[in-house]
Amino acid sequence: MRTARFANLPWHVICWVLGISFLLPLVWMFSTALKPPGLVFETPIRWIPDNPRWYNYPQVFEKLPLFSRFFVNTFYVTLMGASGCVLSSLLVGFGLSRINWPGRNAVFGMLIATLMLPGVVTIIPLYIIFRYAQLVGTFYPLWIPAWFGYAFYIFLMRQYMMTLPRELDEAARMDGAANFRILWQIITPLCSPAIATIAIFAFLQHYNDFLGPLLYISANEMFTLQLGLLWFQGRFGNFWHLVMAASVMTIVPVLVLFFAAQKRFVQGIQLTGLAGR
Amino acid sequence: MTASQRRDLRDGILFTLPFVLGALLLWVGPMLYSLVLVVLDWNLITRPDYVGMKNLSKLVDGRDPLFYKSLYNTFYFTFFSVPLQLLAAFGLALLLNQPMKGLGIYRTIFYIPSITPAVAFAVVWIQILNPEWGILNQILGWFGVEPIKWLFDPAFTRPAFVLMSLWLVGPQMIIFLAGLQSVSPELKDAAQIDGANTWQSFLHVTIPAISPIFFFNLVIGVIGSFQVFTNAFIMTRGGPQDSTLFMVLHIYRNAFEWFDMGYAATLAWVLFIIIMIFTVIQFRFARTWVYYESESSN
Repeated sequence: MRTARFANLPWHVICWVLGISFLLPLVWMFSTALKPPGLVFETPIRWIPDNPRWYNYPQVFEKLPLFSRFFVNTFYVTLMGASGCVLSSLLVGFGLSRINWPGRNAVFGMLIATLMLPGVVTIIPLYIIFRYAQLVGTFYPLWIPAWFGYAFYIFLMRQYMMTLPRELDEAARMDGAANFRILWQIITPLCSPAIATIAIFAFLQHYNDFLGPLLYISANEMFTLQLGLLWFQGRFGNFWHLVMAASVMTIVPVLVLFFAAQKRFVQGIQLTGLAGR
Repeated sequence: MTASQRRDLRDGILFTLPFVLGALLLWVGPMLYSLVLVVLDWNLITRPDYVGMKNLSKLVDGRDPLFYKSLYNTFYFTFFSVPLQLLAAFGLALLLNQPMKGLGIYRTIFYIPSITPAVAFAVVWIQILNPEWGILNQILGWFGVEPIKWLFDPAFTRPAFVLMSLWLVGPQMIIFLAGLQSVSPELKDAAQIDGANTWQSFLHVTIPAISPIFFFNLVIGVIGSFQVFTNAFIMTRGGPQDSTLFMVLHIYRNAFEWFDMGYAATLAWVLFIIIMIFTVIQFRFARTWVYYESESSN
């Protein structure tokens, strides 16, 4: 027993060193967020402040009252985007897995083709199109695309639906149920793992989106958290303790989601190889 | 065609309509439109002028030296960050593939940096890389390394960006881990019975078995790293001396700071084609090193 434990020691040491390095940026952020301004750049660094200054957090809102508004904006965009992703992937995934129709393989081929297309080529034309539609400066460009469905999420849902037994819909079809009812009443309840995975990734994608708001949002009161944090850093860049408190606040929702749904994260990545970013 | 076949055709079209419409409106249409932009000189405000090949020739004849600079920076970043990320992700996955206690915690820790919002990530790293009080220089100081100016020294900005990218290998690590866990134990046992030691069985059983995963991570990694943008935009604004001016940042500036839509669209097409070429090359070469179980059984 004893020797076995010592045989593991090198492994634990390596994991510890790597783990600490991976956590270092976050720990620095959380620690600095609790420091008074004078001690931010103390060397050698003091990881646990003697008198944690919780007041830094309310002070972010005092300096920039709009910061609470950024939360509302971000959650609005995130909610609209994530629900669009879930609904569209349910519909399209169903059409690509549980209905037999002549064009199915062609559409699936299209889906695979768009999976790997680099988005950089559409940034400019899409901006101009949204500008023609008078939608620049609104939240619409940030979540409308989600309602058409992203290839990754549709792919994930389709793969999941393919694993459900055929007999389920055939029995319902015998009873004369329409496809939409089969999807809604039989398939959707069985797809909750896939739905949860898609919802989580779509949440992250919209919550962390930076380029979208950067291009389409210019009014300060419409900023999302990502833009807001950058703005805050630009205006109060000398107050690093406050910038870090603001950063912590933008990260906490993501961390909460991650810890609440860790299993789904891992499953989702394994299913699609989809990155979290 | 029976009534139910007709109904299925109609429903198939209806159910997949959002995606098909989206592909037309958000991909095909914009791409075609973007091709038109290539021959225009347009600042979005005045009327667009037809300029033929002028935008393209600007790329080739050196009137935009920043294009070559951004091309170099992007290739530099891709060339170093993708292989190092793959190695780091694979190394971490191997570590986590041991039957040890605390795996879940380590997996969580290695994964967390990849979900931090990019702005917060960038803002923290500005401080970590600070020449005077940053933690990185403090740690390097323990080993006798002189303080490095990181984001203020053009020679060190790109290595700093490569270094930061290693914190984001969480998703790749989990894909590798899933692959390692699906390598069939029978194969490894068979190798051992044939007299292979651990290293040989790793080299001849594990590595071939997960080569498709290497390939997948490589393709996705290259596509992603060619489009690197956010950190450069937030942390260095492309500087110092344009050492972090990556292609997407150059495209962004041309389009949304200088409003040269035609030229920016041309740059975007060039980057698109570069990425496509690299993807195709990788698929071509895949045959020589990626091992698929189903193929070999034939």
